[in-house]
Amino acid sequence: MKNTDIKLRVSGIDKSFPGVKALNQVNFAVRKGTVHVLCGENGAGKSTLMKVINGIHRPDTGEILIDEKPVEIKNPIQARSLGISMIFQELNYMPEMTIEESLFVGNWPRDKYKKIDWKEIRKRTKELLQKENLNYDPETRLKDLTVSDIQMLEILKAISYNSDIIIMDEPTSAITNKEVEVLFSKINEIKERGACIIYISHKMDEIFRIADEITVFRDGSVVDSRPIDQYDLETVISQMVGRKLENNFPKETIEIGKEILKVKGMTQKGKFENVSFHVKEGEIIGFAGLMGAGRTEVMRCLFGLDSYEAGEIHIKNEKVKIKNVKSSIDKKMVMLSEDRRRFGIIPVRSIRENVSLASLNKFIYKGWLHQKEENKAIAEFCQKMNVKAPDYETRIESLSGGNQQKVILAKWMVTNPDILIVDEPTRGIDVGAKYEIYKLMSELAKQKKALVMVSSELPELIGMCDRIYVMAKGKITGMLTRGEFTQESIMAFATGTKSQKEVN
Amino acid sequence: MNTNNKMINNIKSKYSIYFVLIALFLFCWMANKNFVSVGNLQNISTQISVGTILAFGQTILIISGMLDLSSASVLALAGVLSISAYTSTGSLTISFLVAILVGVGCNILNGLMITKYKTPPFIATLAMMAMARGAALLYTNGQNIYQIGKYVKFGQGEILGIPTPVIFLVATLIITWYLLRHTVFGRSIYAIGGNEEAANASGIHVNRIKMRAFIINGILVGIAGVLFMSRVNGGMPNGAIGYEFKALTAAVIGGTSFTGGIGTASGTLAGAFIVGFLDNIMVLVGVNSYLQQIVRGAIIALAVMYDIWAKTKKRKH
Repeated sequence: MKNTDIKLRVSGIDKSFPGVKALNQVNFAVRKGTVHVLCGENGAGKSTLMKVINGIHRPDTGEILIDEKPVEIKNPIQARSLGISMIFQELNYMPEMTIEESLFVGNWPRDKYKKIDWKEIRKRTKELLQKENLNYDPETRLKDLTVSDIQMLEILKAISYNSDIIIMDEPTSAITNKEVEVLFSKINEIKERGACIIYISHKMDEIFRIADEITVFRDGSVVDSRPIDQYDLETVISQMVGRKLENNFPKETIEIGKEILKVKGMTQKGKFENVSFHVKEGEIIGFAGLMGAGRTEVMRCLFGLDSYEAGEIHIKNEKVKIKNVKSSIDKKMVMLSEDRRRFGIIPVRSIRENVSLASLNKFIYKGWLHQKEENKAIAEFCQKMNVKAPDYETRIESLSGGNQQKVILAKWMVTNPDILIVDEPTRGIDVGAKYEIYKLMSELAKQKKALVMVSSELPELIGMCDRIYVMAKGKITGMLTRGEFTQESIMAFATGTKSQKEVN
Repeated sequence: MNTNNKMINNIKSKYSIYFVLIALFLFCWMANKNFVSVGNLQNISTQISVGTILAFGQTILIISGMLDLSSASVLALAGVLSISAYTSTGSLTISFLVAILVGVGCNILNGLMITKYKTPPFIATLAMMAMARGAALLYTNGQNIYQIGKYVKFGQGEILGIPTPVIFLVATLIITWYLLRHTVFGRSIYAIGGNEEAANASGIHVNRIKMRAFIINGILVGIAGVLFMSRVNGGMPNGAIGYEFKALTAAVIGGTSFTGGIGTASGTLAGAFIVGFLDNIMVLVGVNSYLQQIVRGAIIALAVMYDIWAKTKKRKH
């Protein structure tokens, strides 16, 4: 830590989105020639801060200083001219673009007539690919590359700008171990050049390998910021999850009945392998893990949305084959998807039609729609779910996120399921609606239904579950029962620093 | 936000098309008193029948996020093959069934291209448009088939004083309404057009439903083929050119949304009558026929702009 020159400093940054305060008086500084790691749970505000620095979001208050001089960053192009480049967590690429086109998009070299200089682009692309030992034709289209190749190209592109400040938002979430090593050696080169890196990651082993300094975020604020030699794993994790668990979970003690669902050795190549678990009547089990651990993929296979290569599913001691969603619903297993807009709602249709969508045969029989029965059932389930809407003919798109979620839950309740899988049931909804969803889960458990909850919010898993399975990199690494739950123990399994030998 | 106002706005945007229809009717009446007579209104209904039957098929497809550019060409192929079946067997029943079979067959191909081979509906049906027209011309060697005898009964007959095309129009209206309103198929169509992935995640067999939509479209195209050929007194392989756009126009003016998930049979009927009234009044008051085309085009543009404007306005509330 000899180099004490500050390259980038943010001070007093506030940023609000409708209904959420994403950043609250954030201060932090990055020194030249260092790697500064940002830690924090999903939604802690790391990515938002990086988007502020990159000019995608404008801060409500506060300022950004480069070389201790205040700057105003209006958009990513301006950020780049100030020497800031960013590698995004979510790959946004145009599949039909060629490698050379994508490397220079927005930054095309021009000839003297202001025409794009494709010869120059070809030359520079070849140089870059050669230097990095990548055997690709510059005209290869991105859709023909693997995700990890594309991510690697993104990384090379960001580095090729010779920026002084490089932001990497979970750069290793999509690349192979070998490529991680390449990335780390690049990072060292960048440091030697005197440029600095802001690095966001959930992977603790990585963080402790490359960080010079760590800043921990929680709920939109900086908790602490220290050099690496003053940190250890436990401190980082406890600072990340630090908040006290409030007793706002309507968990009830319910007698647990017979085993109702058992999954044995389920595998989907490249996504997850050998996943086994079970759930009993009246039980709520949780799935914890970091983004990309494979939890959603497991549930999608179970529900018949995707297919799996190996493994068995038993429902009520009977081996079943789930070919598609319909067969899962017929077996009384339903799933509330993590992406409500994409897999949940039919935006332009009414609440009524959304609710009855998965059980149309209940209302349409003998060649006729029995609208009165439909209205009655919809009213009953929506009232139970406490859906707030002017009437049930309102389009679902005009409701708030929480109410939309309750409508989709009502849709699944009409099918009268035995097993309910909920994937991030409270993502992006307000506290009141969250509580109602928890209450409903307890209510269902009391009715001897089995619940499987995937969540990235540890407090709700700890508050609601009887057992929690933890996944890391496509495998179940641990299983904890109520009483053994601590955020630290779950995080240890989730980051892959700890793993149980046999998990059932 | 006032709930009452909101409800009135809802009604306004939901039923706006019928207000337009009534206003246009009154306007036409004032413009030319010959407009409102049993003869003229029957005439309009008969004239719009073929295009409107095609439009019901388009409505079902557009609601589910697809469309059919091939309907007029398949109509021609179904029509000439049907007439050829009639001239060789003399059976009206067989000739009618042949038309239906050809319509359904071509549409099964459309459906397979779209569901199994993931061809965009625009491209798949564009290809079918060329193929079916080519097949009709090849089969007849480009010649019209005349002397169709009793076949004219389909399109020029009357039952209880009502022209047969109007009876077919009403029957297909009822079938389309029933399918959209009272069947699992209908609900599935709206869900698929509204959000295909969510429909799939709710247990709807998306491809199966899309195939069925094309089969129903095929039946309607077959019926339209019989009516058209019967009305023009012959098997015309070059007949009904441009009817697919007439059909799309009626559906879109009738409030069927090209983004999918929205549309009704009665709306499409209203859309067809709006176009029918306009065409009729322009002839009655003697508007230049080239100008008529401009007016027709402008109507489509206005209808779609209104549709999008009404939707964005609603979302802002």
